[in-house]
Formats: sequence, structure tokens, C-alpha cells
Amino acid sequence: MSDILRVKSPGLHTTVQDLGRDGFADVGVPPSGALDAVALRLANALVGNAPSAAALEILVSGPTLEVIAASARVAFVGGTAGMIIQDAHQRSIPPGRSVHLKKGDVIKVGMLAHTSCGYLAVEGGIKVPDVLASASTYTRGTFGGFEGRSLRDGDVLRGTESDSEREDLELSAPLEPDFDAPIRVVLGPQDDHFTEDAVQTFFEGTYTVSAQADRMGFRLEGPELAHTHGYNIVSDGIVSGSIQVPGSGQPIVLMRDYQTIGGYPKIATVVSADISRLGRRSPGARVRFAKVSRDEAEAIYREEEAAIAACIESLRAARDEASLNLEALYDENLIGGIVSARE
Amino acid sequence: MTDVRFLPAGDKALVVEFGDTIERALSERVLRLATRLKDLRLQGVIETLPTFRSLLVRYDPLQTSGAALEKDIGAHLADKAGAKQETRLWQIPACYDKRCAPDLDEVAKRTKLTTDDVVARHSGTQYLVYVVGFAAGFPYMGDLPPELVLPRRTDPRVRVPAGSIAMATTLTGIYPLESPGGWHLIGAAPIRLFDSGWERPALLRPGDLAKFEPVDFAEYERIRSAVERDDYTVPYTMVAA
Repeated sequence: MSDILRVKSPGLHTTVQDLGRDGFADVGVPPSGALDAVALRLANALVGNAPSAAALEILVSGPTLEVIAASARVAFVGGTAGMIIQDAHQRSIPPGRSVHLKKGDVIKVGMLAHTSCGYLAVEGGIKVPDVLASASTYTRGTFGGFEGRSLRDGDVLRGTESDSEREDLELSAPLEPDFDAPIRVVLGPQDDHFTEDAVQTFFEGTYTVSAQADRMGFRLEGPELAHTHGYNIVSDGIVSGSIQVPGSGQPIVLMRDYQTIGGYPKIATVVSADISRLGRRSPGARVRFAKVSRDEAEAIYREEEAAIAACIESLRAARDEASLNLEALYDENLIGGIVSARE
Repeated sequence: MTDVRFLPAGDKALVVEFGDTIERALSERVLRLATRLKDLRLQGVIETLPTFRSLLVRYDPLQTSGAALEKDIGAHLADKAGAKQETRLWQIPACYDKRCAPDLDEVAKRTKLTTDDVVARHSGTQYLVYVVGFAAGFPYMGDLPPELVLPRRTDPRVRVPAGSIAMATTLTGIYPLESPGGWHLIGAAPIRLFDSGWERPALLRPGDLAKFEPVDFAEYERIRSAVERDDYTVPYTMVAA
């Protein structure tokens, strides 16, 4: 194990995340882990890691990192903007492709385009001490990940030098954000605390992700949902995807760093296959909900797992033309995401 | 057991609901089922989360299904408890000195008791840890003696210091870390309630019993520095549940 990356600038909120921790809900510890677990797993696969390896989760705007090991292999998945590599000549590496870097190279992930979160995976994984059986950062609890917090200037991340014999890989098709597809939910556990009209409104209305959207939960804005008998219940358990509705009538979807119990009725629960899709949406994005039964939701989950496995199976050797210099990209007008992010 | 309801919580969890009130009889059924499920190790169950009146069961839909689990769990709802359970009765040092208890005077005024009476009643009661949640390691304990029951503060604090002993409605609790909070602060415990470095990271667990043992400010400070040095263990005894 060695020092591999130095943080030159941390981005808005960059944390170490893996697939999260199970087994501590009964003492108030949420799972944490990647908001978009699909993107994390694909990024890991691109550098030859197990799906559960720890990587950097980047929210909204990304870090600038200097390679300080002799070599490192990295891949970024999330949105359309990708990474800019400053080496002998500046290169743009699109999302969904791994790249082998040498000491002194600088990785810059700018504003994320078309998504709110992305994952930078490093071959061998980011090495941090496991806390409660996971590398995931839980910032409210100030534990896990890199010293229990988001990254700061000067932090040094540890990992392993890259096996440069391995060939670079790319996704055979880009990860689709699926922004138009409705977010599927299973009604309950407290849908009986809402009027029939409220349940209908919930499925017919369009909601907007508010500015209050973080790893704990996404507050949505849209048509109000009326409770039948008050908005307090005796607190019960929360999961990722629980949609609680406080007195304002505006739903809150709990994400990964949720409070483990809550005293507001929960009208529905986002199916686990769609939590990653919701996690990609930025403030201002529109969200619609569609109802599925629990049996259907479980079937969707199994299909989604098979699709992710197939996607990993179909990774192919990266083609050279994927790594173009920036001038060429400007010429070909392929970097709208990067350009707009600078405006 | 016809009053038990199974409620879906998405495709990876279900709720076994025993009722919708805070009372020991319900909590006992929740905790008994949690213990039973730990022993049964049903295929696909990841973990359970006991609350006042329900048990959340998280599962892996690749290994089981909600429908199958409801059947499995339903078959065990009437199980008698196994061997007589023992539980921990904690003696938690509690400093009710004004320096640690910003709301004690107000609580005394609103309950029409003297501050000494509030302390005597709060520390004279044995509590059940119903739930650990809200924040990592925060114990919801009850029940308060009826004369101490007050609604939450109308003006929640942005910062409640770690260790604060608080009360609201029929419940009392201790804040493990500094956090916002709307309960009345009537004392402080100089102990550590949560440490992510411990194998089981929370001191108090659902089903534990606890009593507060009054200590003066000097003793509070002494224990606090011993805790800092990792030189203090919160005393407990094993009692029949």
C-alpha cells in the first residue's frame, strides 16, 4: 500500500464511499454508501475492482488530484463530462473508460454534467480503515471514509500502484441517466395515513428536487399531500427510499445517510433499483412517481442486478480514439458538457 | 396474534407492526420477535431494527421475497420466548447540577414540583431502552413518571451538548453527540454512548434497562476525565428480563 493521490482541490463534497454498511440500524447507524451504487459498481469494474471497493463519490463539482504513486489506473463514471488529464499534453477522458496514469499527472473532474453524482475509482481501491465493516463516510456521525469527513486540500489518499500490464477498459454503452423514466415506488408502510386524493396526487403530480438535497435526503417540491389524521406517528424504521411526508405536505425521499427512525408517515418507498436513478438528479430536476407492487419491485431488482452483471460482462478494451487531446475535442465539438460547465 | 400487520417498505424491507402506541407490552413483543429472528437466521434476512411498536426487517430479494418472509415470520409470531432472557441494568452517572441542566428550573415550574423532586423522580425510575436511533447511539428510554410528562420545547435548540440528559413526552434520553434537539435538558451524563471503534458501537441497546445515579459536579468532572483516559466503565448488573 502506498500514497497514490494528493488532493489539490476537493470539489464541492467528495467522500470515500463503498456499497455501505449493514447490521447497525438497531443502534442508529444508517448504511451510507454510494448515492448511485450502479455508477460506483461500473467504475470499479472498469479498473478491475470488486464491486464493493471504496471509491470517491463526487457531488456536483469534482476534485483535482495529483498522482503521487509511480502509476495509478483510474476510471470515472457519472454524467457526460468525464475527466481532464494534465500530463505532457492535456487529454480528455470520457466517462466510462479507465486510464493509466504516471506520477505527476493531474486528474481534474470539473462540474458534473447531466447528473449530480459521479464516481472516481482507482485500481486496487481507495484504502481507508474499515469502520463498522465499511469504508463509507458518514459525515453526520463523523466516522468512516477519510477521517469521517469530505476531502480537503492537501489530503493524501492511499491505495495500490497500478498493474500497468492490464489493458484499459470502457463501457460498451454509456450509463443512461434515465431522467424521463418515472421513479417506481411501492406504496406503504403508512399510505393509509393519506387521503385517496393525496395518493392520486402523488402519482399524477410532478415534483421538483429542491435545493435541500443531500446524502441524507432529497426534499421535493410539488403538489401538497394531505394526511388523514395528522402528520405525527409513533416513530418507526426508515430505509433508503422511504418517502416521508411532514406537515408541509411536501415529500422527502430518504437517501443513504438517513435518520434510522422517523415520526412522519411514509406514503411509499422508492424501489431499490430506482434509488440510483433518483440519486443522479440535481436540484431543479423533475420527478414523477409510478406505482408497482412489491412482487414487481422485487422482480425489477432481480432484473436490474442481471443487467448490471451483463453490463460489467460486456466491458471491452478501450479504443484509442476515446482518448483525444482537448484541441481535437474542441474541433469536433464533442465537449459541450465541459464547455457549459465553465460558463 | 391477529392484530399484527405486515407492511411493505419497498422491495428490500418489511415492517411487522404490533400497534401504534408507546407502551412496554408492545415493545416486549417487538423485542421478542427481534431476538427470535436472530436465532432463526431466516434465509435472506440482513438485519432487524426494533422500534417502539414495530420491527423493520431488511432482506435481500435475491435470496428471499417479502411474501415468503411474511409467511416465515408469521409462523413464529406465537413462539414462546426461549430460555429465560437476562438483560443489562445500567447505572448511568447523572449530574443534575444547574451547570449541566439548563431547563431544570423550567421543568420544575411547569410540573409544579421542586427541582429536587424532579431529580428524585427522574433518578428514581427504572427505564427501558425502547429504541436506539435518530442519531447514532441515542437511546429512547421510558417511561417517565406521569408527573414529569411535558410536550417538547416550542423552541428547539440548534446545539445540544453531547451527554445532555433530556426529556419530552413520556420519554427520556441522552444525546451521544452534539446535535440539534427539542427536548428539555435536565442533566448530563459524563459517559460515552457511542464509539464507532467499538465492535458493538452503542453502549445502550434496545431492551436494556437503565437507572440514573445522581452525582455532584465534582464527581461528574472526575468521571468525565476518566472517560477521556479510557479509564471508566459504566456499571451494570444482569437482571431477569
